[in-house]
Formats: sequence, structure tokens, C-alpha cells
Amino acid sequence: MTIKSMRDALNEALHHEFERDPLVFLIGEDVGGFEKDGQPVEIGGVFGVSKGLYRKYGRKRVIDTPISEAAIIGAASGAALCGMRPIAEIMFADLTAVCFDQIVNQIAKFRYMFGGQCACPVVIRMTTGGGRNAGAQHSQTFYPIFTSFPGLKIAVPSNAYDAKGLLISAIRDEDPVLFFEPKVLYTEKCEVPDEAYAIPFGEAAMPREGEDVTLVAFGQSVNWAVQAADELRKTRGIRCDVIDPRTPSPLDEETILESVAATGRLVVIDESPPRCGLTADIAALVADKGFRDLKAPIKTVTAPHTPVPQARELERAYLPNPRRIIAAVEEVLA
Amino acid sequence: MDHDDLLGAYRRLRLLREFEERTRVEFQTGQIAGFTHLYAGMEAIAVGVCEHLTDEDRIISTHRGHGHCLAKGCDPAAMMLELWGSTDGLCRGKGGTMHIADFSRGMLGANAVVGAGAPIAVGAALASLMTGGTWVAVSFVGDGGTNIGSVYEAMNLAVVLQLPKIFVIEDNGWGEMTPIANATGNRDLAARAAAMGMPAVAVDGVDFFAVHAAAGEAIARARRGGGPSTLVASAPRFYGHHEGDPQLYRSREEIADLRRREDCLPRFIERVTTEGSLTAAELAAVDADIARIMDDAVAKAKAGPRPVPGDVFDHVYARYR
Ligand SMILES: Cc1ncc(C[n+]2csc(CCOP(=O)(O)OP(=O)(O)O)c2C)c(N)n1
Repeated sequence: MTIKSMRDALNEALHHEFERDPLVFLIGEDVGGFEKDGQPVEIGGVFGVSKGLYRKYGRKRVIDTPISEAAIIGAASGAALCGMRPIAEIMFADLTAVCFDQIVNQIAKFRYMFGGQCACPVVIRMTTGGGRNAGAQHSQTFYPIFTSFPGLKIAVPSNAYDAKGLLISAIRDEDPVLFFEPKVLYTEKCEVPDEAYAIPFGEAAMPREGEDVTLVAFGQSVNWAVQAADELRKTRGIRCDVIDPRTPSPLDEETILESVAATGRLVVIDESPPRCGLTADIAALVADKGFRDLKAPIKTVTAPHTPVPQARELERAYLPNPRRIIAAVEEVLA
Repeated sequence: MDHDDLLGAYRRLRLLREFEERTRVEFQTGQIAGFTHLYAGMEAIAVGVCEHLTDEDRIISTHRGHGHCLAKGCDPAAMMLELWGSTDGLCRGKGGTMHIADFSRGMLGANAVVGAGAPIAVGAALASLMTGGTWVAVSFVGDGGTNIGSVYEAMNLAVVLQLPKIFVIEDNGWGEMTPIANATGNRDLAARAAAMGMPAVAVDGVDFFAVHAAAGEAIARARRGGGPSTLVASAPRFYGHHEGDPQLYRSREEIADLRRREDCLPRFIERVTTEGSLTAAELAAVDADIARIMDDAVAKAKAGPRPVPGDVFDHVYARYR
């Protein structure tokens, strides 16, 4: 057990799975490297997540592509239909818009539309979310919209430990998985075992436990929720359950409903805009199946219904933060 | 080109270069946020093309957009303010480095999604045709960006509709960290465009005069109803893909060598001074003026008004109901 960054934890997961299964391969822009004067020059991904793979496995299994997202995802899905275990990388979640058809009309539908004849075990890895002043076209989350598509599984890790275990599960899964890596968390560290381990999908984590209020958060919002919970406990003696579903699809409804049954109060947090998103989804779940347990109206903490602005002050104002979560908790306790 | 045109072209080339050199310095001091892609090395392309354009002509740029903006006449101080995220920036701090636009100058935006500009510029050319306009539309795309399928959809549509549209392909040999040989099956980018059914030429993008001549021809053809063209111009990227890129994929010597051998500014200077069309004193006066303009731009950016949280909500819709 050592302290590792999310970047290194993901990298280890890729190495484990490349080693375990020769059918696993990686395809995407700048993921591998190239040969120069007969010598390998490694790129290893623009965020460094795939480092070492090209040196070890070469271009046969670490395929650098042209900037052609539709072709990358199409190729990954076709190979998966023929028995391969592709991991495709899209540099920013925003850019899945360029290959949306391949993901939502093709990959998501194959098993069902073809009557269960085939599997399409593709993993599509991508960076997600704000916090780096990357502007309107490179800061979106996109996991809510994909969560709405039956046939896709969605994972959004909030720490290095989960990132490794969830990616291993994703690669071993028989179904297509969209794997969202919050880009500001790549350098965040925690204890991560050296060996391979799989975290099952559909099982929430609970980084904090308490009986007063339930906080449900996704991706980097989990860290804000934990900070808020710690602050509330220290200064006010308020105890929160913090639930990180880890996989918005399949969703661990049980853990959320059980927690709300105990606390009677719910705050849902995500950095995506409020409409048709995960906060609305969880609020609807609890309103539908846990209404009688509620002692106060549900509150959500989200980004506003605007694109992501670029300037530092504006992005800071856009994203949720512990202060806003604390204010929401105070409201549900009032 | 007459004396004033030449002096104007030099002025623009120098402005583009100095803007990037200053941006680089200021980025390193932590003043500028976001993924910042510098155009240094490729100035002769933007200037060679845009010297033919008026404010009415439309262009669409890329993630590496500062040069196109300046060549199209955007105010350097207003651009610097945007890099700083000030409300006095061209996009009020909402866009930042990858999204600078100035519609009053026919600059329809830098674009952070690779290849996205080509179809949009086809629409600008379509509007010109439909309204009997006299303007042309130009899209810029990198060599890497030519592997986005919609670039070819845009080319084909422009040919089918015979639109006043110029596709400028900027070939710097790299897409982020990947060399073109690993990403592009047919290295002859002009042939790929020509296969769509339009005139396409390749020129040395370090040579301002070569770009200027070829762009002039394509733009004149578009203006007289002769349909779209493609111009491929090759020029080096002096710095990393974005600021902060350690460039482990190419050697220091290689980069220094590029600067020594393939710099559009000394090339331009050598030609005009040898011909005797511009004097060293005239060029020095321009340099001094540009240095002053950049000092002023940076000073304005540093003192620019900052956005307040409520600004997040402006400009999402014209009216929301
Ligand atoms: C559709 C899309 N895919 C990937 C990216 C990430 N990306 C940004 S710039 C770039 C390289 C572009 O190369 P090129 O078009 O040659 O332009 P250059 O950077 O060399 O000027 C990539 C892959 C993106 N912004 N958009």
C-alpha cells in the first residue's frame, strides 16, 4: 500500500489489465508514442495516464490515432463486437459530441437491438469537469446526459483508490462503460494498493457517516461534500452521511434510500448544470421512493444553467463549493 | 505590394510575434489561466491570408487563435484583457484564450473543438451567396484537424454549392505530441482537398510572399463566383503544443534549429531590405511601436476590471421565455 495520485492509480489499472488479458488494447489521440530514428518516443497520453504502455506493448496494443473521434469510437466498438477488449480515450468529455452517434445510437444499442447476440465491451475513458479555466468547450461534465442512455454504464471516480478499482471493473465488464476522470483530481493522492482489485459497479462509497443529513455527490463534488461535512461536524456538531455513488449507472439506490430513511434530510451536489442532471435524478428517486422519510424539502447544489465561463472569478462562481453545501445543509435543518 | 502594404504586412507580422512572446512571459508569471496555444512561427500564414480581407470578410480560427485574431484586426489590448479574464476583454472574460472573437472585425471566433470551424465557415460563405454579399469566408485548421470527418463534409458542401470559401490548412507537422506521419495517411494535404473537387495548392508558410500570392488568387476566385479553394501552408510551431508542454517528443536542438532556419520574420526582412523596398530604419520604427503597443496592452490587461459572480448569468440567451 502506498500513496498514489489518481493519474498513477489509473495507470496501474491499465498496466494490470494489459498484463492480464492480451485482448485489451488502448486507442486514442496521443495515448502511445511514435518511432523516431528507430527509437521509441513515448507520449503516454496528454495527462500522462497511459505512460509506460507504449514502451512495453508497442503500437500494436497502444494505438495512437489521428484526431478523428468518430473513427476512434467506431473502431473500438467494431473491435469489441469481434471479441477484443478496447479502451478508447477521448481527451475531453466535451469532445464526445463529435462521436455522439457512435456512442449513443451504436454502442449503447447493439446488445439490445440485436436480441442479445453480441457484446460490445468497450471502455471509453475521458477527462471531465471544470476547475482548470479551460473554457466552455473543455470543462463540461457530460456524464449526466450519458447516464440517461440505457445500455451504457457510467463511472465517475472521486479519488485515486476508487479510480483504480472502478477502471479494472470497467475493463472486465461485458457491457460498454463510459469512464469519466475529473481532470483536477489527477494529482490528488490517497492510499492505493499495488495489486489489482475490482470495485463492483452499483455500490456506493460512504466517505463520511452521520445521522443528521444525507449528502449525495458525484465526481469532484464528493470532495467538496466531504469538506463541508467535516466543517459542519467540527463547528456545529452536525453529522452527515456523504454518499458517493461512484457509478451513476448502475445506481446504488438502496444506499441512498437507507441513508435518507435514517436522516430524513437530503442535499444532492454536482458540478453539472441543474436541468435533467444527476441532482434532479437523485431528488426524483427520493421523492418517488423515500418521500415519507423526508423531514424537510430536498436541496440541490449545482452549477447554474449557463455554459462554463473561463475567467478565474467566473469559473469559481460557477462551480459548487463547500460553503454553498453548508448553506444547503443549514436550510434542510432549519 | 507597394511600400505601405509592405510596411503594413511587416507591422502585422511583428505584432503577432510580439503578442505571443509577451503572452508566454505573462503566462509563466501565472497571470493567464487556461490551456494557452501560441502561434509563434506561423505568423506568415495568418497575415498572408488576412491582408486580403476586409472587416466584412469572415474568418473562423482554431484553438491556436491569437494570430488569426490579430491578423484580422482585433485590438491587441482587448485580446490581452480577454486572456486576463477581464470584463473589458473581447468576450468579457467568458471565452479566454481559446475563444476570442470580434464580430465587428468579421472574426467569428477561435474554436477549441478541432475541425469545428470548417463547416461553420461554410455557413458564413452560404450567407454571403444567399444575400448577394461580397464577402468571403475563411476557415483555418491544423494538419491534425484535417483528420476530422466534418472538414471533408464541409469541403464537399462548399464545392457542391460553389461557395466563396477558402479552407486554409496550417501544416506544422504536429497534432499535440503526435507527428503528422503517425496520423495522416496521405501526407499530400492539398491532394486530399483537391479530391473533393476544388483547386488546392501547397505553399511554404514561412514565406509571407508565397502565402500572400496564393491566398490572393484563391480569394479573388471566390469573390468573382469561382467557388471554394484550399490553401495548404507549412510552417513550424516554435513552442510546445500549449504553454506548459515540456516537449519531450522533440529535442532542444531541433527546436532551436527550426527557429534559426524557418522564421518568417528574418525571411521577410531579408527580402524587403535586399530589394530596397523597406529600410532598416523603417523596420526598427515599427518594432519600437509594436513594443510600445504590447507594453500598453499588458498594462491595460493588468489593470482591467474584473468580473463579478453575477456576470456568470449574462449572455446565455437573448431572452429566456
Ligand atoms: C475534436 C477535438 N479532438 C481533440 C482535441 C484536443 N486537441 C486540441 S488541439 C489538438 C491538436 C490539433 O492539431 P492541429 O490541428 O494540427 O493544430 P495545431 O495544434 O498543430 O496548430 C488536439 C488533439 C480537440 N480540441 N478537439
